[in-house]
Amino acid sequence: MSFSLRKGPDGAVVVGVDGQLIVGNRQELKQLVLNALEEGARRFVIDFTHTGYIDSSGLGVLVSLSKKIREPGGDLRLAGLNEDLQTLFELTKLDTLFAISRTAEEALAAF
Amino acid sequence: MPVAAPLQLSVRHTDPTLGAATELRLELPSDVALVGPAVELISTHCCTGVLSPRRVLFNLRTALAEAITNAIVYGNRADPAKQVRVRVELGLRVVHIHVEDDGDGFDAATVPNPTTPDRLLFEDGRGLFVIRHLVDEVTFNARGNAVCLTLKAG
Repeated sequence: MSFSLRKGPDGAVVVGVDGQLIVGNRQELKQLVLNALEEGARRFVIDFTHTGYIDSSGLGVLVSLSKKIREPGGDLRLAGLNEDLQTLFELTKLDTLFAISRTAEEALAAF
Repeated sequence: MPVAAPLQLSVRHTDPTLGAATELRLELPSDVALVGPAVELISTHCCTGVLSPRRVLFNLRTALAEAITNAIVYGNRADPAKQVRVRVELGLRVVHIHVEDDGDGFDAATVPNPTTPDRLLFEDGRGLFVIRHLVDEVTFNARGNAVCLTLKAG
């Protein structure tokens, strides 16, 4: 199982990515988040604490989800990026698109 | 749905005085579900000490995943009849990763910068940009259907 889902305070959804987020599993993440969005969730944290690497397909699905979540007024935050993943977001300038917190708990507190 | 055959990695140890100490070869069909398993299979054989564990875990795995994905999606247009061939040369001071597809090739010089404001919200188009930042050198053959990624020791 690549992804875990838990509910945070006030209905926020925390999705953990275990291993990698790449072309082969990005649709699974997308569907997981879109299902929760359809069920009424509006605040999402994607937690990369246990993620080894993310490819550009993974980055692309995060961009897509960001747009989908913002449409009904929702909010998406990222958390748990290690130094290499943080650099990946910086060099692609996606750090300007996403709110990034050190931990999932800090992301939840920032909503 | 047919079950995909397990990936078969060929490992050949060569004379280091001729340039490469170990050569890995893997051929896979154009199925994006195989990208992750192919990357794991190859990267576990790349911990020879030439590259730091951190560069194997992040730079090599990410760049390799990008290159194989590009070959499947853009090169072979996800045609399951077409193959992707990966050849890794593990030298004493350098690692070369060759990824070749059966497509018509492309001109890498025409790929736009994905970080400009008008492209930041695009979902695709970051693969080659990411590769260029994670490895020391990227070269293409004349046809544009084979890429060589070079990671120097360290």
